[in-house]
Amino acid sequence: MANNTITWNKKDLLGLEGLTKEEIALILDTADSFKEVLTREVKKVPTLRGKTVVLLFFEPSTRTRTSFELAAKRLSADTVNIASSSSSVVKGESLTDTAKNIEAMNIDVIVLRHSAEGSAHMLSQQVKAAVINAGDGCHEHPTQALLDIMTIRERKQNIEDLKVTIVGDIAHSRVARSNIWGLKKLGAQVTVCGPATLMPRDVEELGVKVCYDINEAIKDADVINVLRLQLERQKEHLFPSIREYIRLFGIDKERLLQAKKDVLILHPGPVNRGVELSVDVADSVYSLILNQVTNGIAVRMAVLYLLCTQTGKK
Amino acid sequence: MVRKHNKFIMKETKKLLDKVGMEKLLKRLAHEIVEKNKGTQDLVIIGIMTRGAHLAKRLAKFISEIESPGPKVGTLDITLYRDDLSVIAEQPVVKKTDLLFSITNKKVVLVDDVLYTGRTVRAALTELLDFGRPQFIQLAVLIDRGFRELPIRADFVGKNIPTSQREIVEVRLEETDTVDEVVILERENHI
Repeated sequence: MANNTITWNKKDLLGLEGLTKEEIALILDTADSFKEVLTREVKKVPTLRGKTVVLLFFEPSTRTRTSFELAAKRLSADTVNIASSSSSVVKGESLTDTAKNIEAMNIDVIVLRHSAEGSAHMLSQQVKAAVINAGDGCHEHPTQALLDIMTIRERKQNIEDLKVTIVGDIAHSRVARSNIWGLKKLGAQVTVCGPATLMPRDVEELGVKVCYDINEAIKDADVINVLRLQLERQKEHLFPSIREYIRLFGIDKERLLQAKKDVLILHPGPVNRGVELSVDVADSVYSLILNQVTNGIAVRMAVLYLLCTQTGKK
Repeated sequence: MVRKHNKFIMKETKKLLDKVGMEKLLKRLAHEIVEKNKGTQDLVIIGIMTRGAHLAKRLAKFISEIESPGPKVGTLDITLYRDDLSVIAEQPVVKKTDLLFSITNKKVVLVDDVLYTGRTVRAALTELLDFGRPQFIQLAVLIDRGFRELPIRADFVGKNIPTSQREIVEVRLEETDTVDEVVILERENHI
């Protein structure tokens, strides 16, 4: 599986749309190797000693921020956490100014989560440090998609020709977009399913099949990636009631009887138990939710390693 | 054979070992390891990725033919412990370390193909000590070509070879290179 011919030469990781199939495979292969480090008694290697990673989070997050922080620490990099609520951002400082000031402290990587689409792209052009997009609005969340794909690949060995169904609020989901780009590049067939009001216009242009009937969408699926329903969307009248959503799109044991016997269930978390996933399914043998979390650290270690040690970088 | 090596054109100038010669050396090393450690009790063999790992497996097989049970075998990828990650031109591929047993209180024989600057062995020693506290660590290499940059020496040497810094000693193994041989490559003056 190891790919010796390709090396990483991008300054940043902004999304999966701009990566080649080979670059995605390189990250996944590297992550496979890093996973072993997490099982050691001393779960730490000296690789990025002396590097500094700044976690700049303008939106709440437990999983992603902790995962990035642990990944950096496992590689012996130093980490600094900046949450918007306790920083100068509340005094009105702009994103660029905040980042440039941080960069003046000689840091190497900025991990950015921001509610504005394109914020990571914008920042990457303003600073010399490597920028990792940890979620920009409804646009991309590349490391989440990479860990999803890694988790699928561990079970199914190959992504090519796999049928993957993504269920939920596709329109507002950066996880869905990154997954679609990544999975399509690796040759999977992707179906998206959800209420028409939560389906982006012209989504077919991404090369996916659109299906509004959940039973139809999961029938032949090898993998079902269930998105978190953002409950606040109901206030925007995008779906009538949670009860109706559960009835039409919720995944429960009964519905899964129509799916393949070895279907895999993914969820990016946090789960609304009893809404998009029933409690018994979330804890069932189909569910790989906790594998995803473990793989998340390995994927983020791989990304940090590739960005910090790339060719031509001093 | 002419081939590219780190952007230089390299020419093969000398063949040092063939398949038969290599097997003889490995068998002799296996005997020396068993003799020096008075058997295979608590003995583990750990090879450095990639070619050291294959040599370790071969050595372990020869050792098990001398004394049973043979030693456990592990492989170590030292990429994450390198001291030159920030200066080398090519980004190294991270391969898998496979050490599924405890090395604490074990007699560890570390195996590599060529001993040169000693920096790879330094990285391997640091990494091994993160895995546990062995009784001791010995070093076995197929080829020692000199030019040490660190105070490191091998306990078991297949063959000492005088070389110049312009040369590269390349160990080729059937597992990775389809042929068992050791050759010297020399950098050509004009590209």
